[in-house]
Amino acid sequence: MTEEAAPPLELRGISKSFGGVAALRDVDFVLRAGEIHGLVGENGAGKSTLMKIIAGLHGQYDGRMAIDGRPVHFRSPREALAAGIGMVHQELSVVPDLTVAENVYLGQQPTKAGIVDWRAMVDGARRHLADLGIDVDPRARMGSLAIGLQQLIELARVLFSGARIVILDEPTSALSPPEVQRLFEVLRGVRASGRSIVFISHFLDDVLAISDTVTTFRNGRLIATEAAGSIDKGWLIQRMIGRGHEELEGSYTGAIALHSKPDAAVVLGVRGLSAGRAFADVSLDVRAGEVLGIYGFMGCGLIELARTLFGKLRADAGTMSIDGKTLRPRSTAEACRAGIAFVPESRRSMLFHTEPVYKNMSISVLGRIGRLLLRPSVEKDIARRHVQSLSIRPPTVETLLGSLSGGNQQKVALAKWLTWPPKVLVLSEPTRGMDVGAKEDVVRIVKGLRDQGMGVVVLSTEPETVLSLADRIVVMKKGRIVREFAGETVSKDQLLEAA
Amino acid sequence: MTVFLRNQMRIIAPFATLIVLVAFFSLTSRSFASLDNAANVLTQISVTGIIAVGLTFVILCAEIDLSVAAIANVTGIAVAYFTLQEGYVNIANVPLPGFAAILLALLGCFMLGLVNAAGITLIGIPSFIMTLAMMQIGAGISALLVRGQIAYAVPDLVSLLGAGRVAGIPCLVLVAAAFLLAGHLVLTYTRFGRYVYMVGGNREAAEYAGVNVRLVLGAVIVISAMCSGVAGMLGVAHFGSAQQNEFDGYLLDAIAAVVVGGTSLFGGRGGIGNTIIGLLILGVLNNGLDHIQIDSFLKILIRGLILLAALIINVYVQKVRDSA
Repeated sequence: MTEEAAPPLELRGISKSFGGVAALRDVDFVLRAGEIHGLVGENGAGKSTLMKIIAGLHGQYDGRMAIDGRPVHFRSPREALAAGIGMVHQELSVVPDLTVAENVYLGQQPTKAGIVDWRAMVDGARRHLADLGIDVDPRARMGSLAIGLQQLIELARVLFSGARIVILDEPTSALSPPEVQRLFEVLRGVRASGRSIVFISHFLDDVLAISDTVTTFRNGRLIATEAAGSIDKGWLIQRMIGRGHEELEGSYTGAIALHSKPDAAVVLGVRGLSAGRAFADVSLDVRAGEVLGIYGFMGCGLIELARTLFGKLRADAGTMSIDGKTLRPRSTAEACRAGIAFVPESRRSMLFHTEPVYKNMSISVLGRIGRLLLRPSVEKDIARRHVQSLSIRPPTVETLLGSLSGGNQQKVALAKWLTWPPKVLVLSEPTRGMDVGAKEDVVRIVKGLRDQGMGVVVLSTEPETVLSLADRIVVMKKGRIVREFAGETVSKDQLLEAA
Repeated sequence: MTVFLRNQMRIIAPFATLIVLVAFFSLTSRSFASLDNAANVLTQISVTGIIAVGLTFVILCAEIDLSVAAIANVTGIAVAYFTLQEGYVNIANVPLPGFAAILLALLGCFMLGLVNAAGITLIGIPSFIMTLAMMQIGAGISALLVRGQIAYAVPDLVSLLGAGRVAGIPCLVLVAAAFLLAGHLVLTYTRFGRYVYMVGGNREAAEYAGVNVRLVLGAVIVISAMCSGVAGMLGVAHFGSAQQNEFDGYLLDAIAAVVVGGTSLFGGRGGIGNTIIGLLILGVLNNGLDHIQIDSFLKILIRGLILLAALIINVYVQKVRDSA
């Protein structure tokens, strides 16, 4: 045996398959004490599967796992937590109607003679949060806090319940830059206390900024593990996708030259649009054949603006026009008839997971295929065309949507607007949570639509998304448009600064 | 093949339940398995069947209509109210020609359905609560119309469809079959039918696809009220009288038929085929228990337990399927 103590977590020869499809092949993974270990890879590369095995969510696998040198095999998250492994999922599992203190103590409230000891709980929570450098009133209602703060409190709860190894899944995807910095400070504090962190993210900058070590996955295999200081983003992207992707790389690293078309006709005009406290006095012009990017931090009113354009939310003031004709959509059906199409940020809320692909694609054009009766053969023909032109996998139209990967689902969501192209396509977070390869496909599809003369609006809180798609960019801040970039060169830093 | 089977489980499981019930009663009772009794079963489920057609639309949209029996009762009473009654019937009614009575009764249930639809889609009251209120309103209107009395006469057409026979087959069964067939055709082959499934499957996604969700919801609620109204009129003719609380048992029977048949209470899956099997399960169960020698008080409990078993199978099948 060596002098060194056994690592807190060691996996050897892990393989796992789902119904004959290999998700992990012979993976060796070692996590050291006091280390932040970044994990990157395309969707479906195997990183989530590996973490779910570690966190006890998948009990069936081949290979060996050891904690502090002791062999273990978890069959439930409870067993993993008892061994000191906690996970903070992308979708937080906090209870919004309880106080911060109750959330920290969730499931283990201190009691006095069988009655919850509120004072001890509030004091304990305050101390514990202060130790981590989180400044929040433990009596505040969880739901009233910003999402970044809620996430820190969930992290605090996982640590408080005794975790020595914490797995963070996409922790920065919903955070603004200052919130990311605060998260990083907390994580550094956790590292200093000797505990270990696994940091899974699609945001390569964030991974490189916080990690000590970075591991890349591709097609279920572990490709490389390197010290974060010795590599850069290009190196990571190459390991993740295995081939060069210059176009996308540009939007990640360098500055992008915008090509606006000031003389094309305005298809969507917005004047002084306001809705409640979400946004106020928004004026925009979207021209035929251009992509207008709208960038802003989480909570700046982007999501509400997108919904208002599509008639899902109602504006209090202001006007909208399509091809010069005034439009006041009171329902999504009305907006749709006027020629506006919308793809929301969440795939769950725009697709029918238990229905076949072709029904997902035809839903928005049924009225054009037949007024009263359905014509399934026409529906399938149309769907087959889209499946082929967008290279959706698997290439059949009868597949249930739920069995497709995220990137392919996003293509289906776009495809349903392609049969009879709308005048204006509004995309909210079109590439969120997608791997580089799928992102590139989406960029290509959207640019293709633009070149056909469609007016496209892309709203995103990810600067890379806006930069890789937009011909013109406006920046939103606290519900108002504060800056426009057109016909110039713009970089990520400029966007962040403006927001 | 296994995937295919799994997809068909929603219809196979209730169908197997039905076969088992039929086999059981055929073996334990000498009088159950006969052509006459089969006709009895069909007649017994016909009124429930017409109500269940509308309710299938509503449940496919992941909504519920608790006012179906009350609306059936009101409509049945209304059609009698507008018909000339015998001298001994002590109701201050308004006799009209038969077609006018039928039209007014249908208009009445249409209006009640419209009120339901407006409450649910325009004001945003959950359908469970809105139709609960409508159940009470319907009972109230029924009470005011008959004031504790019983009416007997209905227009000739209603009387024929509810109690007459064509070539030896009860017209009521034919009407129910026509309603079920029409419901199936609408759900399977029309654009509206697809919207019903999509709104039930994922309401938000339907809205984002530009489907007029409120119109679809309003329409299914009105369809449900109209089906209930027709069932109520024919039911009154079938029973031979129109009175308060006549349809009280039909609410649970209609919901049970739809759900036992395998249509998901969470919307988006199932259909008229399922409802037909559910109706037959309920009909065979109710009828069969009368053919075997057991304590008649025990029958109520047995009926409940068998329904519970059918529901457990339904939920289990759902899980097997969703884990596909």
